[in-house]
Formats: sequence, C-alpha cells, structure tokens
Amino acid sequence: MNRKRFALIVVLMSLSLIIASCGTTECPECVCPEAGECPEVAVGGERFQLIKDRGYILCGVNAELVGFGFLNPEGEFEGFDVDFCKAYAAAVFGDPTAVEYRPLVAAERLPALQTGEIDVLIRNTTWTLTRDTANELDWAVVTFYDGQGMMVRADSGFKTLEDMAGATVCTTTGTTTEMNLADSFRMRGVEYTPLLFESTQDTNTAYEEGRCDGETSDKSQLAALRTAMAEPEEHVIIDVTMSKEPLGPLTAHGDNQWNDVVRWVAWGIMEAEESGVNSQNVDEMLNSENPTIKRLLGVEGEMGASLGIPNDFMVHVLKAVGNYKEIYMRHLGPFGIDIPRGPNELWTNGGLLYPMAWR
Amino acid sequence: MAVQSETMKPPRSEVGLLGWLKKNLFSTWYNVLLTIFSAAFIYIVLRAVITWVVRDARWAVVTTNLRVFMIGRYPRDEAGRVLVSLGIIVLMTALTWVFRKAKGKPRRWLVIGWLLSFPLITILLRGFSRESPFLPLVSEDIWSGLLLTLVLAIVGILASFPLGVLLALGRRSKLPIIKVLCTMYIETIRGVPLISVLFMSQLMLPLFLPPEIRLGTVMRALTGMALFSAAYTAENVRGGLASIPIGQYEAARAVGLNEALVMGLIVLPQALRAVIPAIVGQFISLFKDTTLVVIVGLLDLLGIAKAVTAQKEFIGLHKEAYAFTAVIFFICCFTMSYTSRRLEQRLGVGER
Repeated sequence: MNRKRFALIVVLMSLSLIIASCGTTECPECVCPEAGECPEVAVGGERFQLIKDRGYILCGVNAELVGFGFLNPEGEFEGFDVDFCKAYAAAVFGDPTAVEYRPLVAAERLPALQTGEIDVLIRNTTWTLTRDTANELDWAVVTFYDGQGMMVRADSGFKTLEDMAGATVCTTTGTTTEMNLADSFRMRGVEYTPLLFESTQDTNTAYEEGRCDGETSDKSQLAALRTAMAEPEEHVIIDVTMSKEPLGPLTAHGDNQWNDVVRWVAWGIMEAEESGVNSQNVDEMLNSENPTIKRLLGVEGEMGASLGIPNDFMVHVLKAVGNYKEIYMRHLGPFGIDIPRGPNELWTNGGLLYPMAWR
Repeated sequence: MAVQSETMKPPRSEVGLLGWLKKNLFSTWYNVLLTIFSAAFIYIVLRAVITWVVRDARWAVVTTNLRVFMIGRYPRDEAGRVLVSLGIIVLMTALTWVFRKAKGKPRRWLVIGWLLSFPLITILLRGFSRESPFLPLVSEDIWSGLLLTLVLAIVGILASFPLGVLLALGRRSKLPIIKVLCTMYIETIRGVPLISVLFMSQLMLPLFLPPEIRLGTVMRALTGMALFSAAYTAENVRGGLASIPIGQYEAARAVGLNEALVMGLIVLPQALRAVIPAIVGQFISLFKDTTLVVIVGLLDLLGIAKAVTAQKEFIGLHKEAYAFTAVIFFICCFTMSYTSRRLEQRLGVGER
C-alpha cells in the first residue's frame, strides 16, 4: 500500500513539474527550460526544403487583431500580417493561396515556431532581446513600427504627457502597457491615477463613458478603437511614444536560408514602393531601364536564384499583394483602420523603412 | 318534484384570475411586498434587455457573418457538404423518432444507420485528397465555428463514453495492475484542469511525437478533451456500478452467466441507467468546455465571435457577437437536457 502511494506521488509530482514549467500562459519562454531539451528543428536549409516539398507555407497569424489579422465575412483570413503570408506563398510557389493559416494565441505563438508547427510567425510579435535569445528564434525584418500611445478627448487640450498632471488614465491590467505607462509618467515626474481593466473592451468602454481622461495602448490599436467610436473626431492620439514595439515576421533558429527568403521578400515589398512599382504597373515595369527595377523584377541578375526561389518572384508577390504602400493602405490606411504612416514611411519620406541594397 | 338546491357561487375575489392572484401573489403582507419587488425587478431587467435587443444592438455583425459563425473557414464552394451532413443527421433523428416505439428489426436498422452515418459524415466533411476532383480535402484543421464546436462535443462524447466505461470497470477490476493503472489515470486527469490538458496536448505532444507524424491541431484538442472527459465518465459509471446490489451479481451467476455476460447483460445496463442524469450533465459541461479551445488558437463558435469583431466595420460589437453565441449554446444545452429527461422517463429512472 505504501509503495503504491509512493509511486502515485512520484508520478503526480513529475507531472505537476512538467505542467508548472510548460502550462502557464504568462511564460511561453519556459517551454524548454534547459537548452538541448528541445529537438533540433530543421538546420541549414532543411526547413526550406521541407516547405518546398510540402507545397504550401504554414503561417502563424493572429485571428482577432483589427487591421492585422481577422476573419472576413467570407471566412477567410485578412489583414496586414496576413498579406505578408500571401506574399511568401507567392514568392516561393507563385501562388498566394499556397498558405495554411494557423491562428495562434499569444501564449503558444513562440512554442509553435520552436516545435516546427509553423514555418513563419507573423503575429504582431515585438522584437525584444529576451525573446530573440531565449527562444531560439530569428526575427527577419521589421514590417511595422508600433509604439504605445495615448488617446485623449480633443477638447481636453492635452498635447503632451506633461499636460496630463492629475489625469486619470485607463489601461488594461497585466500587460507591459501598464508598466510602460507607470515608467513614462514617473520619468517625467507627473502624477496620475491609473484605472485598470481586465480586457481591452472594458478599458475602451470606460474611456468612452468618460471615466478617464486618457486611454493608453499600442498606437495601431488606439487608432482602430478611435475609428469605432461614435464621434471619432472628438478624440486625438497625442504625439508621444511610450515604448518601442517593432513588429515583424520571425522564423525558428537554424534555417538561415528560409529566414533570408522571409526578410528579402519583405524588403522587396518596400523596395517596390521606393522604386514606384506596384500591382498595377508591374507588367510595364518589366521593360523599365532602371537597373534596380530590372534586378527587383528578375529581368536581370540572379537574385531569386540566390535565395532558392524563381528569379521573377517579386512579380508574383506584387501581383498578389502589391507593394508596401498598397498593403498599408488596404488595411491600415484610409481604406482600413486609418493610422497615419508615421515611422512606417519610407526612409526617403522621413520614415524608418529602409530596404537593404537590392544587388 | 325535484328539490332545487341553490349552491352559492364562490365570491368573485376567490376565483378566476383575481382569485389566483390573491392566492398566489398577494396572500400576506410580505408576499405583497415580494410580488411588487419582483415585478419591479423583472420589469427593469426585461426593459433593459428588450431595449438593447430591439433598438440598441447592431445585429449586422451577426447577420453579415452568419455563415462564418456556422461553418467558419470551411470553403464556400464546399459548404453544401456541411448541409448534406446536417440533412443526414436530421433524417436519422426523424426516423428514430418515428420508430421510437418499434422493437426488433426496425430498431436494429436504426442502430446500423446511426453507426454508418458517422463515418459517412466524416468522409463527407473531410473529403479525400487535395487534388481529388470529387470531395476535395477540407482538413479538419480549418473546420471552425459551430461546426467545430459540434464536432469537438460529439466526437468527444462518443469517444470518451466507451473509454470511461472501460476505465470504470478497470478500476473495479480484481487484477492489481489494471486497477492501479486505471486509478492512477483517473486521479491524475481529475487532478489537472482541462486548460493544462489542452495546453499539454497542443504544445507537448508535438515534442514527443516523431517529426513525421504531424497530428493536426483539432485532432490534438480532440484527444485532450476525450481523455479528460473519460476520467469523469469513469467516476460517474463507477458510482452506478457501486449502486447495483450484490444480489444481482449472485443471481446472474446462479443462472449460469459468465463474468462478461454478468457485466454486459445484468449489471452495466442497470448501472448506466442509474447514472444517465449525471452523465448527461457531464456531457453538457463537456459541450460548454469546448470553448476552452479558444486559448489554444482554435476558432470554435466563441473564437469566431472574437475573430469577426476584429473586422473594422464591427469593432466593439462584442456584446452582440457574444449574445448570439450564448443563445446558440443555450439551445444546444437545453436540447440535450430535454432529451435526457425524456430518456429518463422512458427508462424509468428512479421509479424501479
């Protein structure tokens, strides 16, 4: 009897240990507590070969983020991040529908990449040092520069955080947003009253009902919430950024060739905007004399071949989703949730988008 | 000469609507108070609800996305397959109702029909291969919406029930190894929340399995749910088994039945009948628990409600989407408990 009980306790304890280290939602980084415990997935070109053999891309996306990833009334995924999935499929297979979307929640997105569930994760994931190092992941490129912002009523006269002395600020609890808010106000020596809610919806409702003077969240989300309000023009997002949130696609450690494709296709989309090539004029541009455009569209050089994909991959990408501006306008611009481009302008227009040299 | 007896009519205040009101709602001073307060409360709540439903709510989020709520990402061109599957189930249900009193042959045909309909529907919904011209593959990983909720619930229930019965029998077994294994399984699962089982099946299973085997996400969630539910079914069934008096065993053995027949013909039927309410209750809770798959990224009915409210036209309309989801869940759960009540009446639970 005693021995039996002992065996039971041992089993239960080991099980609870596994669960304690893996089951928690707060800590996706902890799935592989010790290095070497995770199986090596696809080293040196294996993953890329696997993708090509499979014939479609497994793309991890968000299913419930306004503008970036959601289901449209046709039951299909749509959004800024989703368009990049389509671009990768068009680049590798010449067919933007060669994608299998995998909706992921925050807690499982990084493990899904580590375990090889998905080939690429494009799910508004902020590029941070700890994530980059602890999870054996590689960010490829930044496709969207987000940052934590503050929305206030237009008639309040608040222009900066310093103006907001004594104000009440609504935010969602348990996120880095709350911490960034405290840091920003403490740094400026401004007193404020935080009003915390469990969900973004509650936070927004409280702000709309006038229970607080300001609402803080990522700027892209504030813009989306603003468009949904009864009187959008009565609210403004003030010109302050409380934290950096660079978002972009990432792949698992080990397959640099695949990561190269992910980064260069994204840069190609930006380069196309810079060179003035879009989904409408791509066919005429094939006859362009501009050497950069020639190389971009594969008329000249072996750019695609060096990546292991067809030379004219950018033609397929542009026909499928268009250049960066077109993608942006469709989902985040005036036809979408209407966020000013700000840092997501080309470097030539004073923004941060700087595609590397296409040669 | 007939004696005319004049019976006095009861006073008007004691009969009819007035009488009923007086008797039930205004009999004493505290009942009067209670009635007034309840009426006021009901009025306030109902008025708020009706105003919202009729005037304030913007139901466009539901009407525009109705198909997405029902079948989610199932391709539009293939949606007919879901309708045919639904048709099969409706037909079988109707036949079952028509022949509910029949015995013998029609009954056997009904059982065969039901048994055949499940693989048939599976093939119909899933299809063959990607390239197949006839019924192309619609991987279960993209099943979503109410379809996914129902598949998770029905398959979960069907898979967990036999497993649960086996576990219950195993726990009462005289063979120590089987007994210990079953007990350990049941107690381990019951000691862990469903969320962690789902997370384990979603995140850990791919680590344990060889890379060639890629178990789809829906299959993984389904495995987790069925294994979880089986442990609870096992305990319910064990309760039923324990309630069967020892005399039943002895009598069955006395007429010459062997161990398996004693269980199969005498004990289990009685035990299962006794625990129908408990098992149906557990199935209803399993049905509602399917919403937990949202946290592992599956788009069941609730997941769809979240996904469609991210459409820019419908930002902030969570209330409408959730209310619609709640109504569907209520209909399904109420149907289940109603069916179970009818089943209990027919089998005479608690009467014998």
